[in-house]
Formats: sequence, structure tokens, C-alpha cells
Amino acid sequence: MEYETVRDFSDSWGLIYLVVVFVGVILFTFRPGSRKQADKNAHIPLKEDD
Amino acid sequence: MKNGIEAALVGLAAFGALMGAAFARDSLFQAHAWILFFILAGSTIILLRRVKFAPAGGLQQDTKAEDTSGYMDDVIRYGIIATIFWGVTGFLVGVVIAAQLAWPVFNIEPWLNFGRLRPLHTSAVIFAFGGNALIATSFYVVQRTSRARLFGGNLAWFVFWGYQLFIVMAATGYLLGITQSKEYAEPEWYVDIWLTIVWVAYLVVFAGTLVRRKEPHIYVANWFYLAFIITVAMLHIVNNAAVPVSFLGVKSYSLFAGVQDALTQWWYGHNAVGFFLTAGFLGMMYYFVPKQVNRPVYSYRLSIIHFWALIFLYIWAGPHHLYYTALPEWTQTLGMVFSIMLWMPSWGGMINGLMTLSGAWDKLRTDPIVRMMVIAIAFYGMSTFEGPVMSIKSVNALSHYTDWTIGHVHSGALGWNGMITFGAIYFLVPRLWGRTQLYSLRLVNWHVWLATLGIVVYASTMWVAGITQGLMWREYDDQGFLVNSFVETVSAIHPQYVMRTIGGLLYLSGAFLMVYNVYKTIKGDIRKEAPMGAPAAAISPGE
Repeated sequence: MEYETVRDFSDSWGLIYLVVVFVGVILFTFRPGSRKQADKNAHIPLKEDD
Repeated sequence: MKNGIEAALVGLAAFGALMGAAFARDSLFQAHAWILFFILAGSTIILLRRVKFAPAGGLQQDTKAEDTSGYMDDVIRYGIIATIFWGVTGFLVGVVIAAQLAWPVFNIEPWLNFGRLRPLHTSAVIFAFGGNALIATSFYVVQRTSRARLFGGNLAWFVFWGYQLFIVMAATGYLLGITQSKEYAEPEWYVDIWLTIVWVAYLVVFAGTLVRRKEPHIYVANWFYLAFIITVAMLHIVNNAAVPVSFLGVKSYSLFAGVQDALTQWWYGHNAVGFFLTAGFLGMMYYFVPKQVNRPVYSYRLSIIHFWALIFLYIWAGPHHLYYTALPEWTQTLGMVFSIMLWMPSWGGMINGLMTLSGAWDKLRTDPIVRMMVIAIAFYGMSTFEGPVMSIKSVNALSHYTDWTIGHVHSGALGWNGMITFGAIYFLVPRLWGRTQLYSLRLVNWHVWLATLGIVVYASTMWVAGITQGLMWREYDDQGFLVNSFVETVSAIHPQYVMRTIGGLLYLSGAFLMVYNVYKTIKGDIRKEAPMGAPAAAISPGE
């Protein structure tokens, strides 16, 4: 594999892939109804006393 | 027969080390193999003395199986002790090398000069102190938040003892003069291979525990721990890819050459900061801060954004260690842009940690452990603000290669990593040893302020020293000649070097208080003292 090939792939498809995944993660985190689930999850460490 | 197989395997490994010493290609490998032999032989004897046999003719129900129903906490207790031991050792060596820089007479040739003690200090505090803290707390957190026992039975013990062996082999190697000259990755190829084996076992224990969890959701602290384990494995393997010269010799050559080698090294080096010292310790923050203040994290969704943003950005920041070098210009700029963007997730996380206290800020007055954690998060915020500033190329032109960098690293390491670990230790010790409370909260308070004062002295003197150096190095006269010789720039900052040693001593003395406090807590003593934050006794007239 040539350096140029890797470079071209990185700053086109590679870049698009990472940006899409990142934006997708953020949108998924703020999807409607996620607040209730998140609040529940935040209490996991406090559920048990040991 | 308990411990039988373990004893046999360690004994066999000891024999292997003896053979290594016998057929070594160079004297350094021979010395290192002898050290390994004595460690393994000693371990074999200890294991043999602990071998348990089933009673003669005993049926299976007679041989009482070990209780494996609850959490596996023995290995965590060992981990906490190891964390404290290596912490004090690492801080002590730090004070010694600070003194060596101020007073060269403390350089004792050949084993204890600055060049060999410096990697010993960095590895002791990052990998021995920080690593043991991460392994122990991750084992604690993953069991509690998954409500499951550690996966793999005695594999967790292998991880613990295997990691201690790595530390001892790395440390003794440095003192002997064995190094592959890569910062924070100094151990040679055979020690690297051993760490890889231990690390994979660590991943198996941690991920296996997550797989058998009884809690449907994986709590965010475990995300950070898992990212730390996986990324460190990747970084370690790629950066240490090397070809040994011989099977029984120390020397190896990196698989990469020139600027590729440099970039691989700083891709590793900076992500060791990002995933070892940041992601892993954020896992600690997201568990121990909510537990200590007894409130859920401020925003769980912010913690998820924090996680992904950190993961996506950190991996690109490495080139900021190689400004104005042979590295292509665009790569340098890429590193700078990502370093500056990192400011956002860092402060998102800091705000998330601090705001967990909203509604419970009064605890700052009464609970010195909360105080310690808050100072840790504050230093996380400060050092992750300073970092992006220093990664701006024009700022870096002044700061690079100066003591400013050393000051920056220490405000992060002493302030953030050290303080959050101390907080976790003070949280864990009474719980792990079944004590109702710590021996003394007032001693914790002393620790908080001694450590904080030490960091402030350290960081501020290094700012002065670093900027002095940076300005003197680049001072030209009207003929275009450099004004200062190098030695002039060294003698100019001698007072700061002395002050830095004092800062380190303050931090070390705080750690000694912790040793005493933990020792007394484990013993079960409780100090008679006025509670923290109690109103001052009213002064009656006539007194």
C-alpha cells in the first residue's frame, strides 16, 4: 500500500466515517426519552450499600 | 491440591530465568536474568509453603471449596497496599532527582544518577502507583456496578502479581542501564512482552466480569476503564514493535525509523497521558465522587458525551510533542487543532464532576475526602486548560523543552491523578477492611493541604523556571548571536530547582501521613478528635 493511497483514504472515507459515527453518538445520546433512562443509569453506583 | 500447579509453573519459570542467566549474550541481560531468577525462586518457595492438600481419603464434600459467592476483594486489598507502597517510593525518588538537579553532588554513579533514576521515578508514579490504583479500583468498581464477582477466578491474582513483576523488572532494568530510550516506554523487548501477557489477562478479567453482569446497563465508569485497558494495549504493542538482536540479549531495534518512529512514540506517549492518566482516572471520578457525596453524577448524558468526545479527540493530539521537527507541517497543525479541541470534553467532564456536588457543597466543610476529590477535579480542569494553551505552536515555541512542561505534567499528575487516587484510597480502606471509619479525618485534611501546597509550590516555580529558560534560550543580540550560554540558563534557575524540591517534600510528607492513617485504620484504631467542620466552641466570659 502506497503512502498516498492511505493518505487519500484517511482524509476522505476515514474522515467521513469518524465524523458520522461521532455525530451519530451525540444524536443518539440526546434522543427523545433518553433522559429518563440516563437518570436511572446514573443511580447504579448508589443502589447498593456495602 | 491448591497452589500446586502455580508453584510448579513459577518454579519452571525460575529455572528458565536461571538458563537465561547461564546463556546470556550480554552482561546486562545476565544481571537482569539473575534478578528474575531470585524473584521467581523466592516466589516458588512461598507458593510451596502454601500448598494445601486434600485430607487423605477425603471425599469431595470434605474438601471445603473456597467461598466464591460474594465479591472478590482480597486482590483489591493487595492492590491498595501496592498502590500506597509504590506511590511513596515514586514520590521519594522524585524528591531525590529534584535534589539531584539542584545539587549535582547527589548523583551517585553509575546506578543512582539522574539519567537512570528519572525513568524510575516516572514509571514508578505512572505505572506502579497509577497502574496499581487503576487495576485495584477497576476491579472494585466493575464488581459493584455490575453486581457480579470478578471473572476468571485466580486470573485476577495473576494480573496483580504479574504486574508487580513487570514493575520490578522495569525498575531494576533502568538502574542497570537497560533502556530502549522511548519516554514512558523504556523497558526492553522481553519486559514489554511480559506486560502484554499480563495486560491481556487484565482485559479478560475486566471484560469477562462485564459479560456476566447482573445490571442491564454498563455504568459509565466502566466505559472509561475499558477504553483505558484496550487503548493502552494497542499503544503498548504498536510502539514497542521491535526486533531483538538476540534471543538472550537486551538490545532491540524499533520497527520504525526516523520521523515515523518519533511520531509513533508520541502517539503512544500522549495517549498514555490521555488513556492511562485521563480516561482511567475519570473512571475513578465517575464512581468515587458520586459515592462519597452520595449523589448521582450531575448529568449522565454529559458523561457519555464526555466519553466519546475524549476518545475521538485524544488519539490525534500526539504530534504536539514534535513541533518544529522533521514531522510534516500538516501533521503538526492537525495535532494542534485536536489538542485545542480537547479543551471542550475536558471541561465538560470537569463541570460534570464538580456539579455532582451541587446541593451538597456543605460537605466540602465537613468531609476532607470530598475536599480532596474536588481539588483533584479542579487540577484536572486547570491542567487540561494549560495543555491546549501550551499546544498552540507559538506558545510551544517558548515552552517546549523547558521546565514549564515539567510543571504542567506535575499539576496534572500530582493534582489530578494523585489526589483522586488518595480520595479513592480513603474511601476504600475502611470498606475493604470492614472498619466503620477512617482512623482520622483530620489527618486526611492535613494530607489535603500539604499536598495542595506542594503542588502549588511545584507548579508555580516551574512556570518561572520554564519561562526564564525559554526566554534566555531564544535571546539574540543585534549581531544575531545567542546571548546566553546553556550553563547560564541552568544557573539562572537554581533557586527554582531548590523550591521545587521543597514542593516535592511537602507532597511526600502528605503521603507519609496517608501511610500512617491507613495503617491505623487497618489496625482498627480510631483517633479521638473534634469532628471536622464543627462550630468553634463558644468562649465563655472570664476565659
